[in-house]
Amino acid sequence: MHKQLLLGDEAIAQAALDAGMSGMYAYPGTPSTEIMEYVQASPQAARDNVCRDWSSNEKTAMEAALGMSYAGKRAMVAMKHVGLNVAADAFINSAVTGVNGGLIVVAADDPSMHSSQNEQDSRFYGKFALVPVLEPRNQQEAYDMVFDAFDLSEKYRLPVLLRITTRLAHSRASVGLREPKPRNTQSLPSNPRQFVLLPAIARKQYRALTGLFETLPADGVISGWNRLSKGTGKTGIITCGIAYNYLLENITGHQDDYPVLSVAAYPVDKKMVALLVDSCEKVLVLEEGYPMIEEQLRGLLDRDVKVMGRLDGTVPRDGELNPVIVAKALGLKTTTGKAVPSMVRQRPPSFCKGCSHADMYAALAEAIKEFGPGRVFSDIGCYTLGALPPYNMVNSCVDMGASVTMAIGATDAGLFPAVAVIGDSTFTHSGMTGLLDAVIKDSPVTLIISDNSTTGMTGGQQSQATDRIESICLGLGVSREHLRVIIPLKKNHEENVAVIREEIMHHGLSVVLARRECIQTASRNKKAESAAKNKTKE
Amino acid sequence: MKCDIILAGVGGQGILSIAATIGLAAVEKNLFLKQSEVHGMSQRGGDVQSHLRLSDREIHSDLIPEGSADLIISVEPMEALRYLPWLSPEGWIVTSSLPYVNIPDYPGLEDIMTELNKAGNTIVLDADAIAKDLGSSRSGNMVILGAASSFIALPFESLENAVRQLFKRKGEYIVELNLKALRAGRDAAGRP
Ligand SMILES: Cc1ncc(C[n+]2csc(CCOP(=O)(O)OP(=O)(O)O)c2C)c(N)n1
Repeated sequence: MHKQLLLGDEAIAQAALDAGMSGMYAYPGTPSTEIMEYVQASPQAARDNVCRDWSSNEKTAMEAALGMSYAGKRAMVAMKHVGLNVAADAFINSAVTGVNGGLIVVAADDPSMHSSQNEQDSRFYGKFALVPVLEPRNQQEAYDMVFDAFDLSEKYRLPVLLRITTRLAHSRASVGLREPKPRNTQSLPSNPRQFVLLPAIARKQYRALTGLFETLPADGVISGWNRLSKGTGKTGIITCGIAYNYLLENITGHQDDYPVLSVAAYPVDKKMVALLVDSCEKVLVLEEGYPMIEEQLRGLLDRDVKVMGRLDGTVPRDGELNPVIVAKALGLKTTTGKAVPSMVRQRPPSFCKGCSHADMYAALAEAIKEFGPGRVFSDIGCYTLGALPPYNMVNSCVDMGASVTMAIGATDAGLFPAVAVIGDSTFTHSGMTGLLDAVIKDSPVTLIISDNSTTGMTGGQQSQATDRIESICLGLGVSREHLRVIIPLKKNHEENVAVIREEIMHHGLSVVLARRECIQTASRNKKAESAAKNKTKE
Repeated sequence: MKCDIILAGVGGQGILSIAATIGLAAVEKNLFLKQSEVHGMSQRGGDVQSHLRLSDREIHSDLIPEGSADLIISVEPMEALRYLPWLSPEGWIVTSSLPYVNIPDYPGLEDIMTELNKAGNTIVLDADAIAKDLGSSRSGNMVILGAASSFIALPFESLENAVRQLFKRKGEYIVELNLKALRAGRDAAGRP
């Protein structure tokens, strides 16, 4: 078997290619981004002509993947956990339509919020939609599970949710690869009304779905990923996903002492849980994420078995797990090194030297100074760093696109002036629809689109907005007179302050397009160019 | 055999090239390896770390438990101190002495050196100056890796092979520069 060092993300990507995927769709988001990046860079994907395009947002990605499945081919869509909120409408309904070609939805959760606004647990979405959820314990399982996920998807005609978390996504290990499988040929669904969710059809299909869901725990592939091991101890342990690794880190050599149910696939077979619980006095639940299994075990009354976990403080209520947290929950001795000396300072992320956003904020700060604080609604991206010193300019960062629409609501409440700051990729992700609302009401909002012509925060992926922002704004109905373009550079500072102030003073909608290329992508492009030149010299 | 390493630095300093080199060398020696990296938000000038674990037996956790790292390799002196809770009492710190100052309240360098010396087994070297002397100002990372090499459970030749593999794409000249940097680091650390 051929072995390769792969991130968890990359293992999923390579597996999808080897399992006969015909197309992948995604919007970048940490910690899921590397899945698509790997597929895009893969010679195998290029050779096999696998469709591998970034989408405008997670919803459009999910729908495109569903369309590929409709046409009979295997498709995958990947996103970070909050992306599944954006795709949720399509995702939940795709369980009711069912699929034709196999369909995998990868959701990468970020417990401890290394790069996120929250730490929501995507397993709930699987239960919500009534679809199987697979949660690999390690990189090899991430690879192997993709094959099973496509097969399960085609067997039950359901999308399958593959749930990973940051540590697996961004940790590398050696993975054994299989021989690639052929891709499906195009074929229409046998029932032409399968994807037509008119109420009469939807009711029938939803009822079938609820029935099907009840049978899933007994599926051999699903229950096969969940492993029960006997032990002499009186405390049983249930682990979910990578929590199993932290358990093994602590009990290797004494495994026989611990009865363990290691869960990696949902819905979980009740019989397996009963076997563990009935043989123990207490049960400790270790989950990377929300206390989902723990809550189910406790039930509404929480009085039958003694359950320990996140809800009783045995494990912290929030944040990711680690070997020490698990050791403490097991009552084992822990070690620690020396304390961090008090002189060690926090080092928060910051704008790169020469970042265009920084020059934009410098101009905005001056233009808006006279009105006092509390007027800048921002969004998610590198430009959110305007919330940190020395700028301290950003008053909101909630979800992609919320800058525009929160500014609309605030002006409706009488706040004037109100400024929204959004990045170019965020604008095409979810800002355009809000801008249409503002156009129709002529809200007195000044929208600054800080266009660095890339999706910067996630590492510089192509931005759907590049070279299209003016025409999008004009097409939505922004007046030409109040669509201004500035180049955020120190030498243009005075001029930029004047433009922003003029538009802030305008009692109607304005858009200021602050455009200068991200210095990271600019330098990367330059390097690639000179490398190409050197190559031709050789 | 197990060797748990924390790699530390500031986003943008490229600690991942050190990780990649050790990773390739471990694969050559048929060792088990897990290496968790930081991507995303903190790569914008924030503190970043990577947990790298080598073993001749299967490795379970992607994260190193506190108090058990054998080695901290840091490309920035204050960042080396941030991970002391992970270092085992017998562990070593190998760090560059060149501060990366992108915060207003960066502490005095002398205070940092005092803490580093108190921390236990420490090797501090001006990796960037050594790299510059070799005519390769961007190879500071390989100097640091070379200085740490005697504490990594891998033969030096495997690290050299990994450097060859990693930089092959960039041509023979770059490969040689990085090999020189790796060896210069080993010599500067003065350990067999
Ligand atoms: C729904 C959702 N999808 C993805 C992300 C991840 N994400 C955060 S910022 C960002 C990129 C923003 O790019 P852009 O608006 O161009 O701003 P830049 O970072 O380039 O300044 C992405 C993809 C997210 N937070 N939420």
